[in-house]
Amino acid sequence: MPTLLDKIWRDHLVATDGQGQSILYADRHLVHEVTSPQAFSGLRAAGRRVRRPDLTFAVMDHVPPTDPGRARPLADQVAEAQLAALEKNCAEFGVRLLDMNHPDQGVVHVTMPELGLILPGLTVFCGDSHTATHGAFGALAFGVGTSQVEHILATGCLVQAKPKSLAVTVTGRLAPGVSAKDLALLIISRLGFGGGAGHIIEYRGPAITALSMEERMTICNMSVECGAKGGLIAPDQVTLDYLQGRRYAPAGDDWDRAVAAWQELVSDPDAVFDREVVIDASEARPMVTWGTNPAQSCAIGGRAADPAAIPDPADRADAIAALEYMGLAPGQPMEGLAVDCVFIGSCTNGRLSDLRAAAAVAAGRKVAEGVRALVVPGSGAVKAAAEAEGLDRVFTEAGFQWRMPGCSMCLAMNPDRLEPGQRSAATSNRNFQDRQGRGGRTHLVSPAMAAAAAITGRLTDVSRWEESHG
Amino acid sequence: MDKFTTYTALAAPLDVANVDTDQIVPKQFLKRVERRGFGQVLFYHWRFLEDGSPNPEFVLNQPRYQGAGVLIAGENFGSGSSREHAPWALADYGFKTIIAPSFADIFAGNCVSSGLLTVTLDPATVGRWMRRAQDQEGYAITVDLAAQTLTGSDGFSCAFDIEPFRKQQLLEGLDAIGLTLEHAAAIAAYEEAHRQPWQAAVAGPGGQEK
Repeated sequence: MPTLLDKIWRDHLVATDGQGQSILYADRHLVHEVTSPQAFSGLRAAGRRVRRPDLTFAVMDHVPPTDPGRARPLADQVAEAQLAALEKNCAEFGVRLLDMNHPDQGVVHVTMPELGLILPGLTVFCGDSHTATHGAFGALAFGVGTSQVEHILATGCLVQAKPKSLAVTVTGRLAPGVSAKDLALLIISRLGFGGGAGHIIEYRGPAITALSMEERMTICNMSVECGAKGGLIAPDQVTLDYLQGRRYAPAGDDWDRAVAAWQELVSDPDAVFDREVVIDASEARPMVTWGTNPAQSCAIGGRAADPAAIPDPADRADAIAALEYMGLAPGQPMEGLAVDCVFIGSCTNGRLSDLRAAAAVAAGRKVAEGVRALVVPGSGAVKAAAEAEGLDRVFTEAGFQWRMPGCSMCLAMNPDRLEPGQRSAATSNRNFQDRQGRGGRTHLVSPAMAAAAAITGRLTDVSRWEESHG
Repeated sequence: MDKFTTYTALAAPLDVANVDTDQIVPKQFLKRVERRGFGQVLFYHWRFLEDGSPNPEFVLNQPRYQGAGVLIAGENFGSGSSREHAPWALADYGFKTIIAPSFADIFAGNCVSSGLLTVTLDPATVGRWMRRAQDQEGYAITVDLAAQTLTGSDGFSCAFDIEPFRKQQLLEGLDAIGLTLEHAAAIAAYEEAHRQPWQAAVAGPGGQEK
């Protein structure tokens, strides 16, 4: 009767402290420049080494600029110092690094799965909340803080209390024109911004097994946006087909043994979850956020919240503040809202299938006058694959900027950012105040919705794209 | 890490729900490679106007809350990014305790690592503390972690729950890494018994990009 979470937890248990904490073995430790420098400094100060450099992989993703001519040293000296620190730390402690100019460089949660490093049943940790992405492979994956980064570097283990399990069963099928991103936003709106706190979500049901690996990564990626630590999807043939032949995936006899072991990675039929929620995928529509957290969303044909209709006083105050920040009236329709900027990319939606979905909308059309539209591939491999099928030309001919891989305008740590008061349609994961630049107003959408907003200059229902633009 | 000792400090009310770590420390300050000094940029976009001058409207800028050491906040405090810079900034600013109806998971764990106590109370009780800090100038709270009690300067008090390991780590200022390294033999034994060849992260001979 164990759940998938129970099985992976049990398989990684090194010891328990008798007070509810477990020492869990870390199979993969992913490192980036922003949350690691203080961890390496701590190691150095204590005279400790990296226990398993062979299981540790670093990449530069948050601060690199994405302009095609980018080069070191960066103009931003503080960012340059951070990249230099990662280089020095990786060299000193023997950690493999994908630096800014490496062909595989990209957003950590895009590039590491592409390399075949993320496998079913593994534990995967990284100093980044969107580590949840890797649960799409049936790996137990979640974000940790810098002290825990240091802890994993030094010990190869993480000390944690076991999270609770939440089964989100998604029945039915997504309607045409409705994407995994829309489903993720629907799930978050149902659970609430803090509704998954303390839990690992296992996504299951026919609408989940019907998803591709890239779509599953989008779903698991956003688990943290309802407060859950991570998401999990049991591995199946879709997972195997994605992994087989990738650089770090097992091969030969090891592959056969791995596949046999992975058959166990499913919640037992009589497994008991701490909590269960059922959602009908056929109810999902292209979604858009109206507020300043990812749970504040509605279908594109819907309206921003009317605080007068919200009974809970804390939620009402939150909605009032969100509407004021976003420059929206209570109950304002979302469709038709003019945007200044469109961002297509991120660990949520920066993969090849996302770029294809956006390109299908953009093909043969032009970005609306006055709209800045950025396409930032999630990794070097995504960029190369997109260019091989001509997507870069589709975008540039339509007036989009085709840029270099990185986190970019998802969190605007590099030069890509909104100006105060600017409104964006973004395929990323957070619409927090000031996230994309101080005073910037972010509407989270799917890649197709973002491309449609770029073309029309307004939030647009892409599910009616054919009838309006066919 | 310093041991968490009983202390009394001014309480500041931040009556906002879902405060995310992007607000606690905006990303432009995450490029720094040090662990100290983040108190200067705590709640930067709320504390400072666009010209860099203090925003007189923001609660922590009011003269009566200068030197506050206990923060009272709304539900789901610390949501979003895993950046440990958020608790570093709160601690560097002078807060040692945050009281709220709920905290985001990763943030709460990061607080323990940073020597910060998070006290989770039911919303009604948080509301009582919040109103006192708003209504009574100079309102202070004594935080006794060993006894698991909060006591206000008007005598109002309540008990709180905390996981035993968090309590112990804070009270004793434990080196968490040192504690785990004491299990070195168990870690080695685990590796011997449980690791499969296919779990090694080695580029396979036939492996290639897909």
